[in-house]
This record gives sequence, structure tokens and C-alpha cells, in this order.
Amino acid sequence: MSGAEHEPMTKLKFFDSTLRDGSHAVKHQITLEQIEQYCRIVDGAGMYVVIVGHGNGLGASSLQVGLSRYSDRDMIATARRELKQTKLGVFLIPGFGTIKDDLAPALAAGVDLVCVGIHCTEADVTEQHIKYVVSQNKEAYGVLMMYHMASKERLLVEAKKMESYGARGVILMDSAGAAVPGSVEEVIEYLASNLEIEVGFHGHNNLSMAVSNSLTALESGASIIDATVRGFGAGAGNCQLEALIALMKKMGLETGVELYKLLDASEKVVKPMMAKPQEIDSVSIVSGLAGVFSGFSIHVRKAAEKFGVDPRDIFVELGRRKVVAGQEDVILAAAAELAKNKQNPS
Amino acid sequence: MSRAGKKVKVGILGSGNIGTDLLFKVQRSEFLECSIFCGRDPESKGLQRAREMGVPTSADSIKAIQRQPEICEIVFDATSASGHLANAPILKSLDKFVIDLTPSRVGKMCVPAINLADALTEQDVNMVSCGGQATAPIARAIMKVHPETEYIEVIGSIASKSAGPGTRANIDEYTQITKDAIEFFAGVPRAKAIIILNPAEPEVWMYNTVYATLTKPDLPRLTEEIKAVEKEIQKYVPGYKVTLGPIYEQGRLIVSTQVEGAGDFLPKYAGNLDIITSAAVKVAEEYVRSRT
Repeated sequence: MSGAEHEPMTKLKFFDSTLRDGSHAVKHQITLEQIEQYCRIVDGAGMYVVIVGHGNGLGASSLQVGLSRYSDRDMIATARRELKQTKLGVFLIPGFGTIKDDLAPALAAGVDLVCVGIHCTEADVTEQHIKYVVSQNKEAYGVLMMYHMASKERLLVEAKKMESYGARGVILMDSAGAAVPGSVEEVIEYLASNLEIEVGFHGHNNLSMAVSNSLTALESGASIIDATVRGFGAGAGNCQLEALIALMKKMGLETGVELYKLLDASEKVVKPMMAKPQEIDSVSIVSGLAGVFSGFSIHVRKAAEKFGVDPRDIFVELGRRKVVAGQEDVILAAAAELAKNKQNPS
Repeated sequence: MSRAGKKVKVGILGSGNIGTDLLFKVQRSEFLECSIFCGRDPESKGLQRAREMGVPTSADSIKAIQRQPEICEIVFDATSASGHLANAPILKSLDKFVIDLTPSRVGKMCVPAINLADALTEQDVNMVSCGGQATAPIARAIMKVHPETEYIEVIGSIASKSAGPGTRANIDEYTQITKDAIEFFAGVPRAKAIIILNPAEPEVWMYNTVYATLTKPDLPRLTEEIKAVEKEIQKYVPGYKVTLGPIYEQGRLIVSTQVEGAGDFLPKYAGNLDIITSAAVKVAEEYVRSRT
């Protein structure tokens, strides 16, 4: 943010996806009590919104991705009771959730903001949903997932569609943790200078770049950072929100976020919620290298066990097949094929 | 075989991916011929292509059929869900046999492998969705072996290029009707449908997975029933194939299928077009046969 030190930085928005992306890491078993405790601590801590629900959003509780322990309705109602100053948000991927079954009930239950996500080349599928959110006088943001799979020019075309539907901002998701710093800078700068609306970034940590890439995004013109406390999230996890806030404080950048509240939430709620510490294991590194959705990690390990193949080979095969988020069923197909080829080497 | 002159005339509404693929299949049918191919934009690629094929076209959409109702006996509607909601009463007043390829929910749902005969007595038949065509018969086979099943879920992934603007604008209607079709045809208390568009190049083939929550799956019997379903569907969709399963993993029964398209309009990856257009043509041909 060179040259921007004197501008008021209050316009930065931190989207807290701890309870949403973290859901992947515990197979969507976050309890209502944990949601309640978390929201109580972070309410009013300065984040723009707290996003709750299944890792793949509204209506995504499924045998494909994983069944949620609690319904979307219960998770939303619990967070709603605790969030008095901070907005309540949800995530939705069209094709998983629908307006009738999922979005309309969520808005009726008091959700303030909706992130509508889709694979980065398919933004026209979000038209109905973004327009619906806007028509209900709630805030809609577009999310382009797996952004590393498209050129900056294509991403701009897709982001402009979301802008035209009424989205207040477009967030790029590095869903595979595959972004390198140069690409973050180039793409964010390009979008920020060509869009009227805000640009955001959501990083994954497969190659240990999530905090660094998020900072690069801010320095390149992003004004929204979507991150999680303790990096709690799919695979290797996300940009660790409290680390980014601390880093920004050191750099003299105004965040508007109370660091200690985040640290409290981290120790008191998120640490006990985690199945294991957020680490970058070999499978996550291969996932980042192959550019495959981080959320597949748990499913890949299970499939590797069932078919007696190396999970890393599965990720490489998935990368070759260019799968996108939501295609968990292809993991089994890939594992079965690897097992077959192992038996009958051609 | 020469049945020229005896072919039944059909109209096609909608000049997008589905309408165009349908046109190829109708023109190949020994029972059907397309007498009017309707779109909205005279310059559209779909209408241009039809003209080049020597097929009568109109850019007046349903008005072309209203003006000269005798032009066709059967109408395929490949517009959009809202398009068919508007077209349905008009076609009914014209007494047309209608085969609807949109997720409009107007007519009785039909999957030829399951209820072809019932559909022929209806005036407006709905072809559900490509995912519904590919998965409802499998879901039904699972319920036949395990009627205690409480929940079935179907996933469909298709190549982005094969999903035109109508399909994209109707993504909610698509998932809704597919879910309803699973519950209706399989008789399972609760179902869910998910659809994913994949832009990969080379394009991915249409891929569907059916999951069922089961505790003690009878895999030999399931395999047998599912093989029978595969054979039945292959009679009208030759590229349909069970590629994985049934397997049992983490409390889930899993069956995956792939559809290799006939490569009529779009290349072979677009099995999602083939499965619904082939099913629709099958209904039309049976309708013709049932009257003669």
C-alpha cells in the first residue's frame, strides 16, 4: 500500500470464514455450541461479517461433500442470536443450494450478506441468486473459485457479469492454494483497476503462502480479505486471520480489528474445535502443486485407503482431469482407475 | 427402409444446444421429420444451421405454429422453463402432443426406461432433465433391492460448453426437478440433486453419480438390477455406461455413469444433450407407433 499510508484504511473489510471453511476440516461437524461461543467472542471485534454454515455453503450438506451435523437453519439461527454488531453471512454455490429451498429461508432467518460462489469461468450461473439477494435488500458478493485456472482477462469478464447482477464486490478464491505472489499481484491489480466494485482475496495455505498472498492482494488493490482464525479450513487451511492482522499492525496499517478478541477466539473456541492442528502435509503440498481444490483432502485420503493407492497420485490424476470444486465423486473414479492400472500395467 | 411420406411432422421450439441436437436426431428418425424449426433471432446460429440443412425455419417462435397449426402434429419444446410455461396452454389449445425438454414441471414426467407407456396417453410430457434421465432409473433399481433406503442423492457434472444460456439461467429449476424426479420415480422419501459445470479442455464427458444411504447393501443383487437398467437405457442412448460400482464406502452406496454422446451437434463429450434428446425422440417415435 505504498503511498496510501495516509488514506483512512477503515474501508478494508475482513470476511471471517472460520466457521464456514473450517467446517471442511472437521467433516462439517461443528456444533451449535461452538458457533455460539465463537460468535459471542468475535461479535464487534471489527470484522465486516462472520460467515457460517457448511463448507460448500447453503444446501451443500450431502453424501458427495459431507453431511452437516446441524441444519443450515439451526446454524444460522444460533449465529444470529449472538451477532449483534457484526454482520451474519452465508455462502452459496448455485447447483448445490437453490433460492427456494435454501437462500430464501436463510434471508428470512436474518442473514445480512451472501457470498455467491461458482467456478471462476461460470459466473452467469450466479445471476438468479445475486439478483435475488439484492432484491431482498441484502448484500451480495460474488466469489470466483479456483481462480488460478483462468486468465486475468477471463476473470474480468466473469467479475463484470457479477458486477452487472448487483454484487458489491468480487472475491477471488485460491481454492487450491496454487497462487504464486506474482499472479496475485497481477490479477488483483487488473481487476481492481477495471471494476467499479470492490475486489477481494481468499487464500489457501497449501504452499505456505496464504498470509503473504493476502497481504500482496491488499497491496495490489484488494479491499476485502476472506480468512479464518487459526487458518482453520480445508486441506492445509486458509490465511490465518489473526496473523495477518498482527502483521498489518506491525506494518502500521489500520485494520479496525481487535487482535486480542481474535486470539481469544482462537484459543478458547477454535483450538478445541479442530480435529488436528492445521498443518501443511505432503498431500496438501501436492494438491497445491496440482492445482486441485483443497477441500478434497479428506476424501482423497479415504479413497486412497479403499483402493490401495497413493493419495498424492490421486491428486495428480485429479489435476490432470481438471476437476473443479464439488466434483468429489470423481475422486473415487480416479482412485479406481489408478488401482486398475496398478494391477494391469499397460 | 423407405417410409418417406409417412413420416409424422414435428415442430421444434428453441434453437439452442438442445433444440439443435434434437433436430439432428429427428432428421435421422424413420418415423419423424421436422417441418418447422423455431427460434427467436433470425440471425441465430441455430436457425442458420437448420436452414442450411434444408429445414423450414421461423424466428417467430411459437407464433409460427399458431399461424399454421397444421404444420406439425408433435411439438418439442426446448426453450426454457418459463418459455414452456407460456407455450403450454397455447399448444394444448392447438391439441398438439407436446414433449417438453425444459425443467418447467408442466407435464407428466417421463423417463423412457421407467414409464414410457404412461407418457403416451398424456398431452404434455416432461423429460425432467439430463441428470434425471441418467440417474432416476438407477435410483429406482436401488429402491427395488433396498426399499428401506431413506435418502438418495444424485450428482451431475457436465462440460461448460454443453450448457447453453437456458440451462444456466434455469440451474435452480434443474436441481429442483431432478430431485423431484428421483423421489417420484424411485419412491425414496428424500432426495437431493447437485449439478456442476466443468470448463476443462478437452471437455469432460457427462458424469453422474448416485449415492444412497444404506447399512447392509446386497451388492450382487444391486449389481444385477443396475446392469439391467444400463441395458434398458442403452436401447435408446447407446453411449450410456455404468463406469463405477455399485461400491460401498463409508455407509454410502455409490454408482457412477458416463454418457458418451452420439456427436450429433456437439462432440461426444456432450452426453447430457444426447440423453435427453434421445429420450424425447424415443417418446415421439413410440407415440407415432402407438397410433398406427
